Amino acid sequence: MDLLLILPLAIPLGTAVLTLLLRSVPGVQRLTSVLGAVALLGASGTLLWRVATDGIRAAQMGGWPAPFGITLVADPLSAGLLGMTAFVAVAVAVYALAGMDEARQRFGFHPLFHLLLMGVNGAFITGDMFNLYVWFEVLLIASFVLLVLGNERRQLDGAVKYVGINLVSSIIFLAAVGLLYGHTGTLNMADASGRIAELRGSGVEATLATLFIMAFGIKAALFPLFFWLPAAYHTPPAPVAAVFAGLLTKVGIYSLIRVFSLLFPDPTGYTRTVLLVIAAGTMVVGVMGAMVQRNVHRLLAFLVISAMGYILMGLGFFTTLGLVGAVFYILQDVPVKTTLFLIGGMMERDTGTARLGEMGGLYQYRPVLAAAFMVPAFSLAGFPPFPGFWGKLTLVQAGLEAEQFTIVAVALIVGLFTLLVVAQIWSRAFWRPATEDDVQASGSTSQRWALNGPIVALAVVLLAIGLYAQPLYGLAEQAAANLVDTQAYVDAVLGPSAGA
Amino acid sequence: MEALLAIVSGILFACSFYLMMRRNLLRFVIGLIILGNAANLLIFTMGRLTRDHPPVIPYGAELPIEPYANPLPQALILTAIVISFGLLVFALVLVFRNYLTTNTLDADTLDAAEPDEPLDVHTETRRLPA
Repeated sequence: MDLLLILPLAIPLGTAVLTLLLRSVPGVQRLTSVLGAVALLGASGTLLWRVATDGIRAAQMGGWPAPFGITLVADPLSAGLLGMTAFVAVAVAVYALAGMDEARQRFGFHPLFHLLLMGVNGAFITGDMFNLYVWFEVLLIASFVLLVLGNERRQLDGAVKYVGINLVSSIIFLAAVGLLYGHTGTLNMADASGRIAELRGSGVEATLATLFIMAFGIKAALFPLFFWLPAAYHTPPAPVAAVFAGLLTKVGIYSLIRVFSLLFPDPTGYTRTVLLVIAAGTMVVGVMGAMVQRNVHRLLAFLVISAMGYILMGLGFFTTLGLVGAVFYILQDVPVKTTLFLIGGMMERDTGTARLGEMGGLYQYRPVLAAAFMVPAFSLAGFPPFPGFWGKLTLVQAGLEAEQFTIVAVALIVGLFTLLVVAQIWSRAFWRPATEDDVQASGSTSQRWALNGPIVALAVVLLAIGLYAQPLYGLAEQAAANLVDTQAYVDAVLGPSAGA
Repeated sequence: MEALLAIVSGILFACSFYLMMRRNLLRFVIGLIILGNAANLLIFTMGRLTRDHPPVIPYGAELPIEPYANPLPQALILTAIVISFGLLVFALVLVFRNYLTTNTLDADTLDAAEPDEPLDVHTETRRLPA
């Protein structure tokens, strides 16, 4: 039994239970919530470090040997995402102390937040198909309640769409798992990757691949299955929207990468074309949607969609370099999106409006916020030296190498439009001179520390990743190598002899 | 038997998709219920059917006697039923709560989160940053 692999699940569960029990003592409850997130960062960080130095780790739950029991596996991709999740979890936990209103904190924000983290971690770390479905449901039910927490009319409205489409996606996934089990006789991903070879090129394989694309495509908000995301993500308060934007779509795209690298590593080229077309559609629709939005939160929601396209593009090439780009992009996109949504919350809080046209003067009165906004925003647009630049550079290189010139052109043009969108936010909300009631003084000093501290910390780390990209890039290279040649993953799960 | 259940499962899928495309939110939820059952029946059928042979290990033996019914799909379905039960209850309460605030179940009127406002392009002339 490898304790290190269980901690990313046990710590959020324990914290959720504790914060639930401590709900009548708000001060202690909040302290527990933050400490739980810090402990999670410690555990996930250690796991990431061990995986990066020693290679893939696997643990069989209950001592049942794979493929009969449930396996937890941490390869560099999983471990990297666990680390990033824990990192943004700490930031959001601190931000929520002041950014979340009293009523919502009292009515269960902290337990739900940690349950959501447990679901996300579980989805990243599991090596079993059905278990992945269960973790999806854990994070879904937590996200449902977080989304409607507060009972505002627009929250209920967004939640109806979010809940409906996500339940459909879960059931499609369940049907796909059932089909996979019926044809391979196993639910262990590593085991199935060996057995699915018999189905190669058959209609069953195509059906399975399509079902998985549908199920994970809805969760990752890929074109044309993205409508629920901009309908829901702007309705909850900033901390909730920030974890959603940072983590939930990443779980979908992670599952897609995992399933395609293990089960459908193909390619006859057909799936590749499908994935690239979807990627192009996702990028274009996301940025075009963002251009016409006037509400800052809805604008950011569309930018979440656009970024998914880049990650899918890297998967669509299915070359080592393409996957390096995809993994690097997904890893840096977690803190980028979280920071942007937290800053979006601050912009609304400080100007009293979410409409970009009515904002102004933030650069003059909130210089720290303005400086922190530069990092994730221009990272998203792909400016050096921010981390998004390295991700896009690698993806474009991979595209040129794979001779997919159309998608590279689309990616570059979308990058240009993203810059335009970001510059619009900058020129309206930050640079435009303030009218007298534009920027309100809000909150005590300690509140402002709790709000600005996490944002600045996230921005500083992002800048550090951009300036010194090698550690993260090295991790992405390790992860991509393991995704292209899955033998190491299979060996870690089933034992060295079984893979041969 | 497998063929029959496969067809039944297909019919259930078709019914649920039809219901989910209706504008009435309650019909959508009923569609979800049927969709969950269709998927469960699919898993059950994919596990191959063996009648009258429960997977029970006789006293003193280490393995059940072949042929025996596959117990794994039943365990999977049990898990899936429990999970979808919880989620469906939440969905029902959500739809009801939404009905209380809006007094309608018509999906076309769901626009509190996305009010129909004129697009930016039509109202503002200064678009480029500068």
